[in-house]
Amino acid sequence: MDAALIWEWVIKSLFIILFMTAGFAYVTLLERRVLARMQVRIGPNRAGPFGLLQPVADGVKLIFKEELIPAYADKFVFVLAPVLTVIPALIITAVVPWGPQVMLFGRPVPLYLVDLNIGVLYIVAVTSISVYGIALAGWSSNNKYATMGGLRATAQMISYELALGLAMLAPVMMAGSMSMVDVVESQRTLPFIVLQPVAFLIYFMSSLAEINRAPFDMPEAEQELTAGYHTEYSGMKFALFFMAEYIKMIAVAMIGSTLFLGGYAWPLPPEWLGGFAGPINLLAKVLVWLFVIIWLRATLPRIRYDRLMFYGWKVLFPVALVNIVITAVVIVLVGG
Amino acid sequence: MLPGEILFGFIGLVVVITAVGMVISRNAIYSALFLVSNFTTVALLYLILGAPFIAVVQISVYAGSIMVLFLFVIMLLGAERLAAKEKLQGQRLLAVILGVVFLVELGLFGVWKAGYMTTPVPPAAATAGAPEAVGMALFTQYALPFEVTGFILLVATVGAILLTRGDKPASKDLITAVSEKEG
Repeated sequence: MDAALIWEWVIKSLFIILFMTAGFAYVTLLERRVLARMQVRIGPNRAGPFGLLQPVADGVKLIFKEELIPAYADKFVFVLAPVLTVIPALIITAVVPWGPQVMLFGRPVPLYLVDLNIGVLYIVAVTSISVYGIALAGWSSNNKYATMGGLRATAQMISYELALGLAMLAPVMMAGSMSMVDVVESQRTLPFIVLQPVAFLIYFMSSLAEINRAPFDMPEAEQELTAGYHTEYSGMKFALFFMAEYIKMIAVAMIGSTLFLGGYAWPLPPEWLGGFAGPINLLAKVLVWLFVIIWLRATLPRIRYDRLMFYGWKVLFPVALVNIVITAVVIVLVGG
Repeated sequence: MLPGEILFGFIGLVVVITAVGMVISRNAIYSALFLVSNFTTVALLYLILGAPFIAVVQISVYAGSIMVLFLFVIMLLGAERLAAKEKLQGQRLLAVILGVVFLVELGLFGVWKAGYMTTPVPPAAATAGAPEAVGMALFTQYALPFEVTGFILLVATVGAILLTRGDKPASKDLITAVSEKEG
């Protein structure tokens, strides 16, 4: 293992983390602007051209806010919870490939951090531990609304994780590999959404529930629970929850684009522009995906909690199971 | 010592510390969290030993599913604080005695069978931990145990559902029952 390779990994990891953090800042702006337009308002446009400095202003404000810890809160867990929420969000896209190999500074550099042979399983595992931060935040606040919000979020995330995992299995079966690079490479001619529309829809809906976005944003139902699990958080600790939510939006869009929409390999041939057509393919799809998520928030009302659980367990989960069985039978009959 | 061995030793130490922390913590939430870190560090050990599939499954099944449910139940029941006095007296004494016996046994094994421990184990093939290899082994060589385990899990699931239904009329399903109760 030579030193250059280690530096390459370090730089790529830093790049991913910085990209996700910067992405978070500008997705908040995108959301505020798009929502405003849909509600016939203008949105933040004062800080910089088109309001482009608004995230900076928000960040400065949050840094200087007073941080409160409730008197009877469990202090250690209270501080730990935001960290536990952000870390899974930051590391989950480590296995998402951005493009094929390119030449940079005279050495071939693949545009992904690592090509795990269990890439999809890694994503499922990281998703499954991202529940902890939210559950612990609710519990440690020593506030009944926060605890209720935390419990609701946990229940919702556990329920939709099953359908999500099963939906992600369909592209894995089609590609015959759990490596994200193999999944993308087998979509060069035809993205899997054409062959797996049901799995795509299940992925889309259960991922919305997994990241607690409208219409499944029960943990933050402000009429019933004030702000849900982060009621007692202020300043930078609140900002970390906020950050995790938006980074998860980007991550879900990246993973979904890779699994179902052809990732970096479709529609432009990824070798164009010296290999940099790959990231363009991927990021364009991510942008559209984020727009649709925001659009849904502006359009749909929140659904009732028992309906949400009913939908997850009795509709999405069985449909995902049947989809897997049908896919398996067809693959065996047609021969993959 | 190689850097890999030092890392292995360090992670092993973390595994032991979190396991002890789980047992001696007086707060059930902290115990659960210690157990989660224990599972995660054990997964790291699997990773170092070249079994990434098992490592990730360990995280997603134990740390991600089972412990989340544990945490959920502890929070829901408000059972964080354990009683200061144990119901079963003399547990600690018994634990110390058994621990000493185990340590003596381990020491004696090290002295008498020293040759056994220094025999190097042949390294496994690089593909041994790959999902394809694990799947092949599960569905061919161990097909019967696999099916039996699946059947037992199915029976357990049916049992759990049966237990939660209680004496409610059979026509009413759980969700309508809960929503009616909550109004």
